[in-house]
Amino acid sequence: MSLAASLAVTARGVSLDLVVEQGRTLALLGPNGAGKSTVLGALAGLVDYTGTVRVGDRSLDGVEPEHRRVGYLFQDYLLFPHLSVLENVAFGPRAQGTGKIASRASAGEWLERLGIAELAARRSQQLSGGQQQRVALARALASEPELLLLDEPLAALDVEIRDEVRSELAEHIHDWGGLTIVVTHSFDDVTALAADVIVLEKGAATQRGSVRELIAEPATSYVRKLVASWSED
Amino acid sequence: MPAGVAVALLVLPLVALIIRAPWTQLPALLAEPTVVQALGLSLATASISTLVCLVLGVPLALVLAGSAQWPAVPRRLLRALITVPLVLPPVVGGVALLLLLGRRGIIGQWLPFTIPFTPAAVVIAQVFVSMPFLVIAVEGALRASDSRFEVAAATLGASRFTILRRITLPLVAPGIASGALLCFTRSLGEFGATITFAGSFPGTTQTLPISTYLLLQTDPNAAIALSLVLMVVSVAVLVSLRDRWVPGVLA
Repeated sequence: MSLAASLAVTARGVSLDLVVEQGRTLALLGPNGAGKSTVLGALAGLVDYTGTVRVGDRSLDGVEPEHRRVGYLFQDYLLFPHLSVLENVAFGPRAQGTGKIASRASAGEWLERLGIAELAARRSQQLSGGQQQRVALARALASEPELLLLDEPLAALDVEIRDEVRSELAEHIHDWGGLTIVVTHSFDDVTALAADVIVLEKGAATQRGSVRELIAEPATSYVRKLVASWSED
Repeated sequence: MPAGVAVALLVLPLVALIIRAPWTQLPALLAEPTVVQALGLSLATASISTLVCLVLGVPLALVLAGSAQWPAVPRRLLRALITVPLVLPPVVGGVALLLLLGRRGIIGQWLPFTIPFTPAAVVIAQVFVSMPFLVIAVEGALRASDSRFEVAAATLGASRFTILRRITLPLVAPGIASGALLCFTRSLGEFGATITFAGSFPGTTQTLPISTYLLLQTDPNAAIALSLVLMVVSVAVLVSLRDRWVPGVLA
């Protein structure tokens, strides 16, 4: 299965074609305000767009967010504050019609799989940033999406724990194995999480290719600077 | 100096009430049949009114909170209409209800049953004056809550109804609770619209405030006792709301 999208959000001056293959996470890299989150919003059906979005042979055009099977990991995770961790993760299956007991069981399995089973009874307010991120990932995956969108998944975390959380996230996404797009302005995220990159500047793609190609031949001054400061680390 | 007078004016009457209260006779006074009857009627009607306000007012608050995309004229008009009962003298509300639902009222003349001077009239009068409190409290809570939780729920596959039931309403539950409490106290204290539209028949429409007013002429001590009951309920509500008084209500 693959994702093929050719979309434009004219109101925000964003226009982009993209293809994502299974097992090859795509990174949308670009400065703030380049339109990265707008692209994610359009793919998730939260922002009106013109053009076509297809997952496998299924068209998502005109499909409501709740029927698109597009999971979204929000930058600040948006865990439901009135529900426990287990209830948060069980929310997706439950909302899609699975029974209460079965939903909780599958939520429990996801928590187990991401190594956070011991957090099940807690509220989001009692979690660290890294834990919140994992719960949000479990919640998104438990709703069985075909496409997973990660919006700056590490931006809300303290710098000291980012490296560790990032490599764990990479592992979990790899294990999951579905179609994945990650939006970021950090080159560390790109190298750890993605196989392919599209550089988005002012609403349009300025470079695309594998991560290796990007490092070897940066096409714009924005990419050159990012690669240079990354290789200094 | 004027501030001191203001505080005195607000506080001293209540102090007088407490000082003059017939504390020793209180249990006996509160056990009198008229008092028990009025108390029971008031609690029952105020509870029903609060339920009616919840069932009708929460959907109205949802409509109002979602009206941001409407054209300005109908939006402001709706908001103004809902606020009218807040500023209208309750007696006027009672007269208006009679003209609508009275035996010769615009709607009342077609009804196979009579509404005025029944317990149903008490409830309708209470709902008329207290519903705006609930609507404004709930709408304020809805506006203050983060709508992105609803977006997150949609990406997890939840329908609009599921989102409303499992995300939106639970998140504004404190606002709904304080709105319901305000509604209940306002209903419990309702006098003007009730006596105009429902009259004061002991046992059917004579609520606590009306009973208090009538008793003041025949049995002042009983009237004071009832006043104390009403005051205690009001203060209890105020205390329970102190942390979550919804901004919309104060504004």
